[in-house]
Amino acid sequence: MRALILRRAMALLATLFVVSLLVFTVVRVLPGDPALLIMGTEGSPEAAAALRHAMGLDRPILVQYAEWLGGALRGDLGRSIQYDVAVGRLVLSRLSVTVPLTLLAGAFMLLTAVPLGVYAATRSGRAGDYLAMGLAQLGLAIPSFWAGLLLILLFAVRLGWVQAGGFDGWAAGLWPGVKALLLPAFALGALQAAILARTTRGAVLEVLQADHVRTARAKGLAERAVTWKHAVRNALLTIVTVVGLQLGQLLAGSIVLENVFYLPGLGRLALAAISARDLPVVQGVVLLVAATVVTLNFVVDVLYTVLDPRIRHE
Amino acid sequence: MSRRGRRARRHRAFGVGLLLTGLIVATAVCSLVYTPRDPLRMELSARLAAPSVAHPMGTDQYGRDLLSRVMRGAIASLAVGAVAVGIGMVLGVLLGAAGGWRGGWLDEAVMRLADAVYGFPAVLSALLLAAVFHPGVLISMVAVGIAYVPVFARLTRANVLALRVQEFVTAAEALGAGDGAILWRHVLPNTVSPLIVQATISFPLAILAEAALSYLGLGTQPPRPSWGLMLRDAQSFLQLSPWYAIFPGAAIALAVLGFNLLGDGLRDLLDPRAT
Repeated sequence: MRALILRRAMALLATLFVVSLLVFTVVRVLPGDPALLIMGTEGSPEAAAALRHAMGLDRPILVQYAEWLGGALRGDLGRSIQYDVAVGRLVLSRLSVTVPLTLLAGAFMLLTAVPLGVYAATRSGRAGDYLAMGLAQLGLAIPSFWAGLLLILLFAVRLGWVQAGGFDGWAAGLWPGVKALLLPAFALGALQAAILARTTRGAVLEVLQADHVRTARAKGLAERAVTWKHAVRNALLTIVTVVGLQLGQLLAGSIVLENVFYLPGLGRLALAAISARDLPVVQGVVLLVAATVVTLNFVVDVLYTVLDPRIRHE
Repeated sequence: MSRRGRRARRHRAFGVGLLLTGLIVATAVCSLVYTPRDPLRMELSARLAAPSVAHPMGTDQYGRDLLSRVMRGAIASLAVGAVAVGIGMVLGVLLGAAGGWRGGWLDEAVMRLADAVYGFPAVLSALLLAAVFHPGVLISMVAVGIAYVPVFARLTRANVLALRVQEFVTAAEALGAGDGAILWRHVLPNTVSPLIVQATISFPLAILAEAALSYLGLGTQPPRPSWGLMLRDAQSFLQLSPWYAIFPGAAIALAVLGFNLLGDGLRDLLDPRAT
């Protein structure tokens, strides 16, 4: 198994390398001159040349890539043009919103989708199954940002229970921070919860039809024990795989939700950087998120190997 | 429940999907020649009007008729969805077929590229592309399309790997057919049905992605009507005119629901193992 994990780790390194190459290529190679892009039409040729020199754009492209990659590996993602601070520090400060939001949405997803999927599987073909899967179908169809708007409309505009958005940081304590993230996390998690509920139902249903479940029933085990001990436990492999992949999707989705709820996270940082032509910031955020999604996939892969005894003992 | 009963229910869902998608496509086509009002005409005296006989869905902040805009907005969603899935499918099939057929370092390279691209969900590529080029409908097509390359590449590769050891392929090789001819004539035609299933799964997700990108201002640009863009505008007027945020969102949800139901049904028809 160790060899297998090692091979996967090598593949991860290669993949991360390709990720960095893609980000660098789009920003530095495709459009021509980032210096002109940053300065727009206002800059003089001399100023553009100075900026080009300061950014190292007058050196060979391979040298530029090597330096950029070397910097990124040390956590140096360049300097923000708009704020004139290190991109790494800027990004780090915004993680305190994006990461909790993603995790909260993931927790919400797990807590609703797994029970719903298991319930639907045990009621297969009956009214409860159709109700649960109808609910999931609805969750699949509603765009997360629209769900966010509807939640604001209901809970902030109509009922006045919560603020329409914004985030005051964690200084005031855990609860006020979590409270500000609840609605966005709910809106963010709903779509992925729908996907996970369908996956869970399918996986549990498949195991429920297996021979060992019939044996468990035949020896008189209670249905609840059959479901949770035999069916869900065996379906867990599929569920864990999907959840891991979904965490990456949630992270990317948080970019959208942060803009619905005015949360100062990575997504808002990147979007504001686009209007300010702050290329290093966009580049840094995209690199970080893409690398995280890829790494999460790797972790899922390894977890799958560790969890599945058939692969583990190979 | 009996198998036939389950079938009937599934067919009912398929029927609802067909009805909804038919409605959306018909609306999009119809809006090219007819909308109740000009979707771009501003009428400042009727700004943010509530739904009425004259404006069944009300008006936006410039007094433009929302029903006409929602109708025309269907075009952006369907067009971006279709082009994006097309981009993902063409690139994915090419890469997957090349990697699966050739194997070796090419396969390894294709798989690493697919893994890497998987790290760029549509919104992320759109951010990067919009920072370098200008935000617009083309960006959203490309960004959403690229996000689908890995899934089509993996699917094609898996199918090509399975097919290349089949006897009819060996026979074609023995007869002296070239790689390209074998792939095109014998291998790829046999991968069509899973590809169609994947495309029907991807299409509604592409509609969702397009809406999200337009909402962020990275996709379709004003004054062109797009459902996501309308919701972006509507957010500033939630207090004043909540219906403004209801109708475009409902249009997205209905379209996605329709295509999802249709896709589920199609999957049952094309892949008997799934049921």
